[in-house]
Amino acid sequence: MEPTIIVRIGYAFISLFVITNYGLLLIGSMARISAKVQGRVGQPVYQPYIDIVKSSAKRNSISHGIMFYLGPVFRLAGGIGTYMFIPAVFGSVLFRNFSDSGDLLLVMYFIFFGQLGMALGAGEGGHPYSAIGVSRGLAQMTAFEVPFALSVIAVAIQYGTLDITAIVAAQQGGFMHWTLATNPLAVLAAIIAFLGMSMHNPFSVVIAPQEIPIGPPTEYQSNLLGMLQTNRAIFNGAKLVLYMNLFFGGATNIVVMVIKTFLIYFINVFVGQAFPRLRVDQSIRFFLGVPTLIGIASVIIAAI
Amino acid sequence: MSDNKLKPAPLPNEGLPPEERGLFCDVAPREYEPAKGIVEDFYNWARSESLWILGFGTGCGAIELRPLMTSRFDMYRFGIQPRPTPRQSSVFVIGGYASVKTLKRIVRSYEQMMGPKFVIALGSCTINGGMYWDSYNTIKRIDQYIPVDTYITGCMPRPEALLAGFQELKKIIKAGKGEGQNEYARNFDWYKANQKKVIKNWNMPDYNW
Repeated sequence: MEPTIIVRIGYAFISLFVITNYGLLLIGSMARISAKVQGRVGQPVYQPYIDIVKSSAKRNSISHGIMFYLGPVFRLAGGIGTYMFIPAVFGSVLFRNFSDSGDLLLVMYFIFFGQLGMALGAGEGGHPYSAIGVSRGLAQMTAFEVPFALSVIAVAIQYGTLDITAIVAAQQGGFMHWTLATNPLAVLAAIIAFLGMSMHNPFSVVIAPQEIPIGPPTEYQSNLLGMLQTNRAIFNGAKLVLYMNLFFGGATNIVVMVIKTFLIYFINVFVGQAFPRLRVDQSIRFFLGVPTLIGIASVIIAAI
Repeated sequence: MSDNKLKPAPLPNEGLPPEERGLFCDVAPREYEPAKGIVEDFYNWARSESLWILGFGTGCGAIELRPLMTSRFDMYRFGIQPRPTPRQSSVFVIGGYASVKTLKRIVRSYEQMMGPKFVIALGSCTINGGMYWDSYNTIKRIDQYIPVDTYITGCMPRPEALLAGFQELKKIIKAGKGEGQNEYARNFDWYKANQKKVIKNWNMPDYNW
């Protein structure tokens, strides 16, 4: 029986709650793994929770106008919006979210939406480092969107649909049906774009969390920062689930989802620990070079 | 925003040129009531387990902050990490001697931090001037200019001493005694008078936010 819209909204909240906690634990555990690689003990796995509580428990905060407040709101809307239109677990009523035909295009829009909203809000903050961070972020984003969009086009051509659920359904039936096996070039381009998207080490100059040009959130503090931190977890989770659905055969239950998304996220840490950080101009040249060619090749192969 | 316990006369920002005065706040800081009971305990626990240092080395002692990030000392395991902007950080480490020129920046950065905020003063120079006690352009006691929660003595204190100081600060915060922000607001006039006594060319706003 098809659940009513009220029940589906309830399910969506549960799904969002799960992905938020999963995203936070993922960030914490990856920080811990990175620390182990560097020969440190590292922060506790639950450190992201403490940071959010701490940020939200600040007693005062400052404002730079309405747009300043709306920046994190847009960002959070972008994160939640991205997740809400991806079916997290294939065939599950609870984690189906609001996936429907054509949701792939919507999700691609939502990935951009948060960043643009943040750019408006951070610009309102008036701090020069915010403006630098925003211009860096948008430049790098425009660059890595090219291979990502090309590989999504290749996947859409290959399966003849823009419905994520249908794409996952087409990949069922074993490893050899995954996009990873049927169109490896598209997966390669998308994975390289993913490194830029999650802003881990080779491409982390945009947020550079502990240096002077911290990036767009320079002026954000207190509960606004808490909101951005929460969004980071949701957005990470959403992107991982999207990648799992498009390229790695989706998941039929939550355990498979956790394992697959953990391994996809682990690619970031693996690459991030091995390569130093690139400047923004270097990373733009990188994304518009070989990954874009791989993406074009994948589209051509899929079209033939 | 109504519980203004302290209501001094609005500060005029008189050190600034007239066209810039409107850009800055001219309202004095106010005291903030802590939350009640177990909620505040929980908040204090979170505050103490997530100390974000303002990465601003104000003196030679800041050289001892750097090793804390390395694998040998690894401050991340205590929930301590550096933040580049005063808006997001909660601990201000005064790294040794503070010259009058640096004091201006210390005051501005301290006031831009969001409360509750904590100050660790590092090295003997922050306590009594240390080897700079008769210098013409360094201040002797930092706690006359901003409230200090913990002192770490030594010249220089080793990174281990810093970590011990952070543990001490954690105890203070967990006990609910890290109320430097409220202390600063309560004695705002006294702190401002002290600051203006040493900073002769006061060309900055009276209250930075």
